[in-house]
Amino acid sequence: MKLLTWLRSLSYKFDNNSASANDLDQELVSHIQHRADDLERSGLSRIEAERRARVEFGSYVKYQEQSHESRGGQFLETLCQDIRIGFRKLRKSPGFTSVAIITLALGIGANAVVFSIMNGLILRPLNIPRAENLYTIERGEDRSPMQSYPDYLDLRDRNRSFDGLIVYDIAPVGLSAGGKATRAWVYEASGNYFDVLGIQPQIGRFFHGADEHGPNSAPYIVLSYGYWQSFFQSNPAAVGQTVQVNKHPYTILGVAPPDFPGTELFFSPAFWVPIVNTEQIQGSNTLPNREDRSIWIDGRLKPGVTTAQATADLNSVGSYLGKTYPREDSQSTFSLTRPGLIGDMLGGPIRAFVTGLSLLAGLILLTACANLGSLFATRAADRSREIALRLALGSSRKRILRQLLTEAVMVSFIGGAAGLLGSIGLLRWLSAWRPMPDFPISAPVDADARVYAVALLLALASGFIFGMVPMRQVLKSDPYQVVKTGPTGSPAKQFSFRDLLLVLQIAVCAVLVTASLVAVRGLVRSLRSNFGFQPQNALLVSTDLDMAGYSGDQVPNMQRRMLQIAQETPGVSAVGINDRLPLDLGWSTDAVFRDTATDLTLSHQDAEAMTYDISAEYFQAAGTTLLAGRVFTQHDDGHAPPVAVINREFARRVMNAPRDSEIQAIGRYFKRTDGTRIQVVGIVEDGKYKTLTEDPQPAMFRPILQSPSSATWLVLRSNRDPEQLAAAVQVRLRNLDPELPFTIKTWNAQMGTALFASRMATISLGILGGLGATLAVTGIFGMAAYSVSKRTRELGIRIALGAQYKEVLLAALGKTARLLACGSIAGMILGLAATKVLSSIVYQATPRDPLVLGGVVVAMLLLGLIATWIPARRALSSDPLILLREE
Amino acid sequence: MPDQTQLLPGTLDLLILKAVSLGPLHGYAVLLRIEQISSGALLIEQGALYPALFRLVRQGLLKAEWGISENNRRAKFYELTSLGRKRFRKETQDWNRLSSVMAAVLATQVEEL
Repeated sequence: MKLLTWLRSLSYKFDNNSASANDLDQELVSHIQHRADDLERSGLSRIEAERRARVEFGSYVKYQEQSHESRGGQFLETLCQDIRIGFRKLRKSPGFTSVAIITLALGIGANAVVFSIMNGLILRPLNIPRAENLYTIERGEDRSPMQSYPDYLDLRDRNRSFDGLIVYDIAPVGLSAGGKATRAWVYEASGNYFDVLGIQPQIGRFFHGADEHGPNSAPYIVLSYGYWQSFFQSNPAAVGQTVQVNKHPYTILGVAPPDFPGTELFFSPAFWVPIVNTEQIQGSNTLPNREDRSIWIDGRLKPGVTTAQATADLNSVGSYLGKTYPREDSQSTFSLTRPGLIGDMLGGPIRAFVTGLSLLAGLILLTACANLGSLFATRAADRSREIALRLALGSSRKRILRQLLTEAVMVSFIGGAAGLLGSIGLLRWLSAWRPMPDFPISAPVDADARVYAVALLLALASGFIFGMVPMRQVLKSDPYQVVKTGPTGSPAKQFSFRDLLLVLQIAVCAVLVTASLVAVRGLVRSLRSNFGFQPQNALLVSTDLDMAGYSGDQVPNMQRRMLQIAQETPGVSAVGINDRLPLDLGWSTDAVFRDTATDLTLSHQDAEAMTYDISAEYFQAAGTTLLAGRVFTQHDDGHAPPVAVINREFARRVMNAPRDSEIQAIGRYFKRTDGTRIQVVGIVEDGKYKTLTEDPQPAMFRPILQSPSSATWLVLRSNRDPEQLAAAVQVRLRNLDPELPFTIKTWNAQMGTALFASRMATISLGILGGLGATLAVTGIFGMAAYSVSKRTRELGIRIALGAQYKEVLLAALGKTARLLACGSIAGMILGLAATKVLSSIVYQATPRDPLVLGGVVVAMLLLGLIATWIPARRALSSDPLILLREE
Repeated sequence: MPDQTQLLPGTLDLLILKAVSLGPLHGYAVLLRIEQISSGALLIEQGALYPALFRLVRQGLLKAEWGISENNRRAKFYELTSLGRKRFRKETQDWNRLSSVMAAVLATQVEEL
């Protein structure tokens, strides 16, 4: 009913808006005429009668307006009016407007980005039909998503709660098609993968459970849409073609739809292959091994089955497994979790991280609102005379507040739109970003309708929040007093909530500035630190000979030829091969035992040593210092007794060598879990192997001829320009084997992986620090401007009475400066405490760094100076004469 | 002129409904009618009448039409709608109940307690 009348009055308004205003005027005039008629009849002249009638009527404009309002339906009209006025007002003070808009753009932009990340990684389900009943199955107390294939088969065949269980993992392969050889990352998936997920092919067909007939029985691949576009130029004829995967013929069955990039959010594959062919894909078949847990299981619940029922069902299968295979499956309990982030392995930390981020972003928006609130309050104080005049002329307080609020919401919308635009750009970049070389990591965090809606809501809400701040001020103002004597304002309280907020904000800003400076310094230091190898002037060629069809004896032969041609390339001073790169993704460790050990079960190991298989000249090529003993030679092959070079930590921990005389370990033996005795022939310096921040790790290097590996990192040391060298090496390698898939890059570029965490920390802290600093500036600015504008008259009198600049400044900005100092000191102390946390991410992050401390002090001083500059100038330039005369 | 009383908030609407219930009236006549039936005891600022009239029209209690007044001037005449009549009856009852309760309360003497 109410809506109907509103609509009716609205349509009425559109039909004859000016007519209705006219109508109202005519009626009021008619009233006055009738009254005048009566007065005239009582003996007054017509002119006098009309005058009296007008006086008796009261404030014509006021009642006209009130009538107009009570007639209803002028919501839009008023809104348009307010918006017009708002635009004029905002244009008239560009400084204020831009500060407000930037503040909000930052606040809302930050929130939009964080919400998009949350939306993309947590809120949005996988893009498959009925995504809500797909779960990842985790195993054991520690909820590991890693499962073994035999367990999967048992779970699949014995459970009663799932419509289907699928299994998959990711692996790199070499693909050659149409004369092009390349490396690609793929999903190895069970045959029922697409059927259980309910995905329909874009072109061609998918593989099915019926295609699986034992190892290597299903040489089929299904391309992802993106890979089909980029590698096959969207050619429909690609379907049905035979391509070489690791030199084995595979038939392209079909192409997946564009909106299905796999079941892990972070990993979008080039294509899918049946997991039964894993021997051809990975080089060995570990699937039959029940202890080998390296694959992930997702399951689709039957309709009506709860997760609790399903978990109980899985656990009953688990207890069967425990009884039947006590050695491998002794503790088989299962649990369910949301799919897409490798169970809780990535999911847990990501959820925690994103929650923390959104809290922080919320805090940023809140402080932005607080700042804008005080900015708007300053403005309302500046405009108190105008407001008082409007009140005196009969405008209602409601109307004035409404106009102020409209202005605030306008600012928040413009700021919100700017923030959203910025964040969309950032999100596009984030979605397309590949942070780790050679690895298909990506974060699907594009903005969607939900993000826009949230940004809109946030803009609206923050507009209302800070628009409300000056309300009380307007409601309390007495037009008579203000017009007569100018804004007086209530005496400032000693310490208000707003002050506390400001101190808090400055403290947060100081924390962020401190932390980001520490992170930057740490990053710089870690780039120059000792990794146990020298990434400068080193070029890397990475390949997997297995992918190019080499096996058995062909592998060391090919490696020897690769070493040879690399050695012959002009400008190369040393070349070596390592099967894995230290500080790269993934590593391999071996249990090692003292020579005296008799119990060689894993639980009695003396150390878990990083293991690398290297060629003779690797140390020289990598720039690792050999401290004592010898490196390997061509004679340390499968026929010679097993030898190893170890690092100092290994010598201390396993060989019992005392610190600083690790050389004693040379010539001694240690054992591996299979009982092989290995003699130590050399000792190298300690290095970093897994992460930059790790404690010293024991590491051993074995001759690649004694423990062959098809994974190959060719390290070339050279002072030549890396690009030229890379081109030269590329030509030679192509001549050697045109179908060998490999990548060439400098070791410095490859270090991106190792530095990823600290770079991320530095970048995000830098961004947050910048945000915090900007907000602190606007906050301090708002505060200082407010206190100056409230006391202009007092300052004028002081200047008139001969106060010095210093005293005036102290009077005007003393409180702001005190708040700034309090906040900065608190923030710095907190920031220094926080770097303890930071030091687990950033290498050698130490707060006891004069550069950092000095930097923070300078930064905070600078912020304070920037923020108080304009208000201070205003305070100083207030001309006592004008001020006093004006009021 | 007898002492004039300020209106209680909300009573103006009821007074207007009462005035109009006796027959269609234009704005000024509504004022005169109220003055007449209250024997000039109620003070209403003339302009304040119009926001109230428009409010009642918006609520659907009154309808208005232009016509010619007894002074031979154009004027807008108000009359009750059926909804307005219903509302007027209800508000009258409510008012009577309230005023008798108030009167009884205010008339209470110490010895009656």
